[in-house]
Amino acid sequence: MANQTNSGNERVDLAYRRRKNAEEMRHQMIAFVLMILLTLIAFAAVGYEEFSHWFVVPFILLLAAVQVAFQLYYFMHMSHKGHEFPAMFIYGGVAVMLLLVWAFTTVIWW
Amino acid sequence: MSTIARKKGVGAVLWDYLTTVDHKKIAHLYLISGGFFFLLGGLEALFIRIQLAKPNNDFLVGGLYNEVLTMHGTTMIFLAAMPLVFAFMNAVVPLQIGARDVAFPFLNALGFWMFFFGGLFLNCSWFLGGAPDAGWTSYASLSLDSKAHHGIDFYTLGLQISGFGTIMGAINFLVTIINMRAPGMTFMRMPMFTWATFVTSALILFAFPPLTVGLIFMMMDRLFGGNFFNPAAGGNTIIWEHLFWVFGHPEVYILVLPAFGIFSEIFATFSRKRLFGYSSMVFATVLIAFLGFMVWAHHMFTVGMGPIANAIFAVATMTIAVPTGVKIFNWLFTMWGGSIKFTTPMHYAVAFIPSFVMGGVTGVMLASAAADYQYHDSYFVVAHFHYVIVGGVVFALLAGTHYWWPKMFGRMLNETLGKMTFWLFFIGFHLTFFIQHFLGLTGMPRRVFTYLPNQGWETGNFVSTVGAFFMAAATIILLINIVVTTAKGEKVPGDAWGDGRTLEWAIASPPPVYNFAQTPLVRGLDAFWLEKMEGKKELTPAEPLGDIHMPNSSFLPFVIAFGLFVAAFGFTYHNDAGWGLPVGILGLLITLGSMFLRSVIDDHGFHIHKEEVLELEKKEANA
Repeated sequence: MANQTNSGNERVDLAYRRRKNAEEMRHQMIAFVLMILLTLIAFAAVGYEEFSHWFVVPFILLLAAVQVAFQLYYFMHMSHKGHEFPAMFIYGGVAVMLLLVWAFTTVIWW
Repeated sequence: MSTIARKKGVGAVLWDYLTTVDHKKIAHLYLISGGFFFLLGGLEALFIRIQLAKPNNDFLVGGLYNEVLTMHGTTMIFLAAMPLVFAFMNAVVPLQIGARDVAFPFLNALGFWMFFFGGLFLNCSWFLGGAPDAGWTSYASLSLDSKAHHGIDFYTLGLQISGFGTIMGAINFLVTIINMRAPGMTFMRMPMFTWATFVTSALILFAFPPLTVGLIFMMMDRLFGGNFFNPAAGGNTIIWEHLFWVFGHPEVYILVLPAFGIFSEIFATFSRKRLFGYSSMVFATVLIAFLGFMVWAHHMFTVGMGPIANAIFAVATMTIAVPTGVKIFNWLFTMWGGSIKFTTPMHYAVAFIPSFVMGGVTGVMLASAAADYQYHDSYFVVAHFHYVIVGGVVFALLAGTHYWWPKMFGRMLNETLGKMTFWLFFIGFHLTFFIQHFLGLTGMPRRVFTYLPNQGWETGNFVSTVGAFFMAAATIILLINIVVTTAKGEKVPGDAWGDGRTLEWAIASPPPVYNFAQTPLVRGLDAFWLEKMEGKKELTPAEPLGDIHMPNSSFLPFVIAFGLFVAAFGFTYHNDAGWGLPVGILGLLITLGSMFLRSVIDDHGFHIHKEEVLELEKKEANA
């Protein structure tokens, strides 16, 4: 239906869109390489026997958080315009769950 | 499928409703089934009051009383209040934002049938051994020990199924409100009821998953040998309480925010003034929702969480009084200087303010953790939550019924009968619950099926029972009103009250199947009022008249939900009988099979052609 499609014509600003896509691709490649690197670091951290569990577990969780951010922002395009509501609801849900976990760990399993 | 209305047989009408994906018809379904469960819950309430009318009564004794009490709470919250709220959301929100339907019509129908079959399953327990008997909160320490019959299993699986339906409904409204507003309707031009629906849907989205998790744990413990809540096997019974109230407290706002929305519409309409402090109303609604997630443990002050946790939750709870106060003052200032018309909905709205404030004041009293040790589990608590839920939510539902009935059905409910309903209900409500504050303060415990004479509770309880019968009489008059109106009520024009402000009043009552022949252009808050003030009779269209794309009806939502209903029976009895497991699997196959069909069958909907739309609009104009 006419009022539900975007007004942008694909042939408009071809040069601009080309450049934009190239840039986008570069970001994705960089993110992809970084993600592989982070995975290797995680494996190395577990494999290296000198590190204690008290360092390795939070460290891997931190890496995981970075991976999730890469996934959301570079591969799932959350950095683009028009993703404000998904972002708001994702962060809202994360906040509620963190509050819950925090309360459980302090009130029930203390 | 033709859109031209004609007389249809009973079978055709039934089939139409079983397969409908139209938000207006789904609203009717929610209204009818929610109304039915409201009557059922009301009957259970009457039984409770009859039992408590005099000391040492033996009308409902022991276990049966527990079942009636549990089912009263569960039915009223999950099967009456929520679906009735959903009825108005479905009937009104797409119209208020100038949309032709919700974003996912199929999902909308599925959500309704899930709720319906969940509620049906829960109530089947009455005929199959016994109903759930651990209170509507179903605390694990009680419910895991309720082994005489399958009552708790009916609770667990029934609420799980209807809960899925509720989450679907919520997601549907979020997507609809974000994406399908008419051109020009910015967020800050949305009517208050639409705002309330939006915020409520977000609350449901975040609050129902904890309940789902809790119910899955409970199901595992009861039916599949789990030990999540069994301390003897390393579980923890308190986890259920937390999970339940992480859901249960936002649930209170899930019910009351739409009520606030309904009253905001009514105050503005019948004061014939713009809602006072619109932006602060929006802000207060969002703030209540936000704070509503951080206060759940105030239901658990006496569990023994320790002074720090109690203090934090007490203070957080009291802060909610602030945005609520903002709303109360805004409503008062909306009426201030307005040209007020005391219609039936306005009666409820005006009565709501003092009634709800009384519930709010006892709420702040209960929020003081130290004092709560005294009030806990007494009739004071019963009085408090009935003041907020009946004085807030039920008043709003009754007000909404009178307010939007002409829009939903095209006929005006009788005002005289409506006012009789109001006065009987209002007097009965205060008669029933006001005295319960004092019963509670003098020590009467809640959820106990009888009491002894000469403790000073006889008069109070008798008065309370008399009040309950007033409310029953009010409900009967409402039913008579509905029958009379349906039979020979006067037909109303689109702007049924003559003072409509929002978009729904700009189209015919009941609206045509496509709602708006042309999507309207919204030029401000109270878009229809704005046009009327400029001397126009209709909205400014935002698009030329064209073919309208509509979704096809489908029987699959019914079948998907029915499959889960069958599966729930199977799994409930799978430990007792050989047929349990096969039936359970059969039910799941029905559900998954129809989901598969939905995925593989292409359904592009159909078009109502421009000529047909023109013809329908012309007929409407002549009628």
